[in-house]
Amino acid sequence: MKIIKIKDLIYEYAKYDEEGNIAEMNRAIDDVNLDVKQGDFIAILGHNGSGKSTLAKHLNAILIPAEGIVWVGGKDTKDESNIWDIRQTAGMVFQNPDNQIIGSIVEEDVGFGPENIGVETDDIWKRVDMALRAVNMTAYRNHSPNKLSGGQKQRVAIAGVVAMKPQCIILDEPTAMLDPLGRKEVIQTVKELNEKEKVTIILITHYMEEVIFADHVIVMDGGKVVMQGKPREIFSQVEKLKEYRLDVPQVTELAHELKKEGVFLPDGILTIEEFVNAMAEFL
Amino acid sequence: MTIRLENVNYVYGEGTAYEIHALKNINLKIENGEFIGLIGHTGSGKSTLIQHLNGLVKATSGTIYYDDENIYREGYSLKELRGKVGLVFQYPEHQLFETDVFTDVCFGPKNLFMPKEEIEERAKEALTAVGLGEEFYKKSPFELSGGQKRRVAIAGVLAMNPKVLILDEPTAGLDPKGRDEILGEIDRLHKEKKMTIILVSHSMEDVAQYVKRIIVMNKGCVNFDGTPQQVFKQYKELEKIGLAAPQVTYIMQALSERGFSVNRDVTTIEEAKDSILKYLKNKKERGE
Repeated sequence: MKIIKIKDLIYEYAKYDEEGNIAEMNRAIDDVNLDVKQGDFIAILGHNGSGKSTLAKHLNAILIPAEGIVWVGGKDTKDESNIWDIRQTAGMVFQNPDNQIIGSIVEEDVGFGPENIGVETDDIWKRVDMALRAVNMTAYRNHSPNKLSGGQKQRVAIAGVVAMKPQCIILDEPTAMLDPLGRKEVIQTVKELNEKEKVTIILITHYMEEVIFADHVIVMDGGKVVMQGKPREIFSQVEKLKEYRLDVPQVTELAHELKKEGVFLPDGILTIEEFVNAMAEFL
Repeated sequence: MTIRLENVNYVYGEGTAYEIHALKNINLKIENGEFIGLIGHTGSGKSTLIQHLNGLVKATSGTIYYDDENIYREGYSLKELRGKVGLVFQYPEHQLFETDVFTDVCFGPKNLFMPKEEIEERAKEALTAVGLGEEFYKKSPFELSGGQKRRVAIAGVLAMNPKVLILDEPTAGLDPKGRDEILGEIDRLHKEKKMTIILVSHSMEDVAQYVKRIIVMNKGCVNFDGTPQQVFKQYKELEKIGLAAPQVTYIMQALSERGFSVNRDVTTIEEAKDSILKYLKNKKERGE
């Protein structure tokens, strides 16, 4: 089943001059088509201003298409009466955890969403238990979010979305502000939600090593989808990625550099293990 | 400018239930023209430390010396110090407020009551240093990309002609190319203007690529202080405090464990490549 279907999506925003007249139209999304299967792990890459975040905001009806159609869980985002259903189907996590946490105690923060949609009290607590377990934060349920590390805060923010029982979670650079351990914790959590709870994941990031286990990678440039495929197919094209202002994981880059020097290695090495195994024949 | 910290302590909310000892007995010496990476997990005391370095926060106890002058002595001009020590905060683009790029960069020097020509001269120089040409001068900051806005904000600090430039995660949220560009420009300021640079970063790869010395903070203390090679060699200890080594260090460790006689302590791709090529060449020469 397709959890998300995007057809011929165009999004434009107007720039106004000093008199308030439209001076020019900027096209942020330019004819994007995309199908996301239930349970997929999709990564979106692209430089600043390539349209990733604008695309993400279409997936839970924060933005409405100028042209084309976006269906989330089979519902058209243009139809206002679908908005609540869509936001429950597709939850969103943003870059800065401090902007997303409102409760003074972790468990209250996580329960805020379900409470708002009128879930029964008993059920709210069940959801809070489940969500905190899913992000490995049960031990902190009575803590103040202020005292948590960046990675822990971001996991609480994710738990707040998980408590809404969405089928799909969209994460817009969730690790940009975190230290290495925080990044690892958040990515591990996202991976587990995908593998164990079968939640569809759409991850936007600038850290290339975070997307190597995605089912599918999409590269955006100038509002268009310019590359898509499995991580190995994408990361085999080192030079092309660099043209799009992107990069590859260090291990992929090292293999690529050695290859240029005449060392025979396969394209698109993604992990240290793969690299060491490929090198083994030179031992 | 040499910077010296002697037994610096900082306590938040002293005497209350929320007392936090954010800096504990910090002793550091930073020489003129160094390029330093300051790393540590969230809450380790990095930001508190850098706020001490331009006098934004005053130590609870201990002394800070710039060129052997105690900045806490009576009559020391902290205003002058802040002109010499430029601090670029996290997400500095949130602090842009003028209607166009050029006016925004002029704001700092304008407050030093300099002649107009000199102010504009400095703004031009600062914008050139961050790679923004004249075509950007009259643009509104809102028209710029994330990386460009951040450069304008850095130029605003550079226009004050600082001797020491401290940057708190200048590349957070930027795409890989944007990261390289900004760090490349900072590196150039270090090399060409001999500016002392202190770079706070969560990207171990970036730190390894550019800095000559790494200071690791944990729980308000300095845990490690040394070259990237010396510090990242301790990756197991770094992991315990929420950090890591660059991926390339782990690659070389794994190769070495597999039996390759390569340099285990590399921190950049360039070093790793050289070490592996050298190994392959030696092997060939031995006719194996």
